[in-house]
Amino acid sequence: MRGLRKSYGQLEAVKGIDLELSGGEIFAFLGPNGAGKTTTVEILEGYRERTGGDVTVLGVDPAEAGHEWRQRIGIVLQESRMHPELTVRESMELFAGYYHSPRGVDETVELVGLTDKAHDRVARLSGGQQRRLDVGLALIGDPELLFLDEPTTGFDPSARRRAWEVIASLRELGKTIFLTTHYMEEAQELADRVAIISGGRIVAEGPPEELTHRDQRTATIRFRLPEGVTAGELPSGLAPDSDGAVANGEVRIKAEDPVRALHDLTAWALERSLPLTELEVRQPNLEDVYLELTADAPEEVAQ
Amino acid sequence: MTGAALALHQFRFDQKTFWRNPASVFFTVAFPVMFLVIFDLVFGNGNRLHLQGVSVGVSTYYVPAIITLAVISATFQNLAMSVTIDREFGILKRGRGTPLPDWVFFAGRIGNSLVVSLVMLVLLAAIGRIAYGVAIPWDRLPAVLVTLAVGAFTFCCLGLALTGFIPSQSAAAPITNIAIFPLYFLSGVFIPESEIPNGVLNVADAFPVRHFFDAFFAAWVSGAGSAGFEWVDLAIVAAWGIAGFLVALRTFKWTPQAA
Repeated sequence: MRGLRKSYGQLEAVKGIDLELSGGEIFAFLGPNGAGKTTTVEILEGYRERTGGDVTVLGVDPAEAGHEWRQRIGIVLQESRMHPELTVRESMELFAGYYHSPRGVDETVELVGLTDKAHDRVARLSGGQQRRLDVGLALIGDPELLFLDEPTTGFDPSARRRAWEVIASLRELGKTIFLTTHYMEEAQELADRVAIISGGRIVAEGPPEELTHRDQRTATIRFRLPEGVTAGELPSGLAPDSDGAVANGEVRIKAEDPVRALHDLTAWALERSLPLTELEVRQPNLEDVYLELTADAPEEVAQ
Repeated sequence: MTGAALALHQFRFDQKTFWRNPASVFFTVAFPVMFLVIFDLVFGNGNRLHLQGVSVGVSTYYVPAIITLAVISATFQNLAMSVTIDREFGILKRGRGTPLPDWVFFAGRIGNSLVVSLVMLVLLAAIGRIAYGVAIPWDRLPAVLVTLAVGAFTFCCLGLALTGFIPSQSAAAPITNIAIFPLYFLSGVFIPESEIPNGVLNVADAFPVRHFFDAFFAAWVSGAGSAGFEWVDLAIVAAWGIAGFLVALRTFKWTPQAA
């Protein structure tokens, strides 16, 4: 996709983005709510018309794509229910009928971990189980490309873990997956490659490790000073960084050379017999990168 | 699967969905039966009516009247409500992401409404025969079935057309019922038209319910020797159906509309 744009009246939701996916990879599209993720993914799925740019998905422009193209993709929408009156197995059977060469119904029910619930009505499934049914329904046609729009939003941590296991197992099936999420851990856990969208633009793109290591030398040192000691008394060179990282007595220092900085800090504290409670040194993770990159985005308008 | 096999596949699941939904079974199946029994209880008493130049007992009048209501309920009300709810649930949007052709989706739903209409025809005719001794017009069966088919087609199209004007799930039942219930009263379905002022009947003539009822009544009870086809009424009903079809083509929405 090249120079993708989408405007709603005056509002430009997607302001020219370029992306390329290769077969068999899990690609995570990351961004805050309203950043343009769903708009972008729904253009790729053929649900929405774009305002500008070129888009090719499996060799076809989704805006023109027909039923043959839909045979090759699977979609998990951000929000959609299934007929509450059908059972899990019946839902899968119904959708299997739509495809030329569907996967086995029972095998797909098992893949998403719903074998125990196969004969339960959809109405009786928990939120997490319904989401796994969504994934199963998207997989039943044995697609080459799978779109997952915020598949774990609203899950409790254990349901999220289970959903991740299902998605990770799809990697072994050789599927290409386009995943949107606003959970950093989800992208870090699952994705081969990540793009971060903010304010309708891509602000970073690459494998998660690469994104977190672009700031490799910088670590954050965090600790608390005892009562009565101010950050101003710290040795020069250890001044808290400019975003005033002193709050509730907690000091945060971004250190380009963490070994030296830590040495200076502890020497200073030992000399004065000051305890530095909660002292920790941390490498930036994807969340730090994400927060930094999306910090400047104005409050987004939900679509 | 071929198109026809796929439509049959879709229809089978639409049937399951319909019969397992307590609300649709109650409003589409139990409601008309209840109306038939209650109206007969209240107005029966062996009274006779003069309708379309025929003298009929009140019980005989209510069988075709309530079948008319049941067909409209199985088509118009059922589709307008269930399709709107499915649209707002995102069920239609999900289906659109699959290779399911649009016409198969509609064929399944319309086929379901048609079969439910036939079930109601048989059920209400049987209750009329057994409980009230109302004859089943075997000799005019072709007219009964053709009239039912034309009415069912029209009220399916109108129900689908209406969904485009229903903004949310919670608006589905009130809008659908406000659109149809007054017409049951004005069109001689709940109250015999001999009890309704002419001015009101003229208003009712502008809408399809009265024409459908008149045609169905003629098919059910018209005098001996008549085949029971009311072609003018059927043509007006069919014209409404075609209009509904054209409106539905332009206004039907597949994605949730409520914010």
